[in-house]
Amino acid sequence: MEVGVFAFFAVLAVVSALGVVLQRSPVHSLLALVATLLAISALLIGLGAVAIGFLLAIVYVGAIVVVFLFVIWLLNLQRDPGEPGHLAAKFFGAFAVAALTAELFAFFVRAPVGPPPAPAGYGSVDRLADLIFRDYLVAFEATSLLLLVAVVGAVAVARRWPADQPRRSGAGASAHGELRRAERA
Amino acid sequence: MTPVSYYLVLGAALFAIGVAGVVIRRNLIVIFMSIEVMLNAVNLTLVALGRALGSTDGQVMVFFVMTVGAAEAAVGLALILAAFRSRHTIKADELNLMRW
Repeated sequence: MEVGVFAFFAVLAVVSALGVVLQRSPVHSLLALVATLLAISALLIGLGAVAIGFLLAIVYVGAIVVVFLFVIWLLNLQRDPGEPGHLAAKFFGAFAVAALTAELFAFFVRAPVGPPPAPAGYGSVDRLADLIFRDYLVAFEATSLLLLVAVVGAVAVARRWPADQPRRSGAGASAHGELRRAERA
Repeated sequence: MTPVSYYLVLGAALFAIGVAGVVIRRNLIVIFMSIEVMLNAVNLTLVALGRALGSTDGQVMVFFVMTVGAAEAAVGLALILAAFRSRHTIKADELNLMRW
């Protein structure tokens, strides 16, 4: 990728990442997050990771951001009326972030100079699939288990439990009901 | 060609912005978005270093990072929903029941 194109997407990514942090309205933060992710995926495509770049755009912008949007809509979040003080926390937070940034910069500016020319088929789907389904097969299958557990856990956490009547199925569930009743009392 | 260190510095800057969001903001949803920014900064670093080393393994790691990020977003947003139902707030300062 040429330096000019890189600079364009880099500035876009940094500015929109600052937008994620600094916007008052959660929906505006989410739009800035979309811009950040699209800039990063363009940078990945420029690095030769074409399949991963498009996958990032599709999975993040198409799926995860929409889940965020649904949650903001469900919670009916309004514009943040400004956050209360805690100046000390903000000061120490800013100091820690500055220290982290300086440390990472000091490490990374001494990185290898230029990328070698990409070998043929670098970052293509078949090269990626070759690795995922051969060298990383166990990790890939563990990933599917992780997603299954995450989906079941998300549904179990987010559903509305009938807290008024005791639940009949299983000891854990009735313990949960006990907890809810004790909390309400 | 752009040097690899430019990509690494950009990744460091994005990661630091994400850390700043987690530390400074009190809205749980915005904290989650900042975590996503950090995850993607790491993705950029992985792909850039993989390109510098001429290896595709970095891209496989990005694949796994995206999967873990999706699982994290699903469970985390469900937790935010549950917390909002019982406490009627998503300010991190006001969810202080288990605070020491």
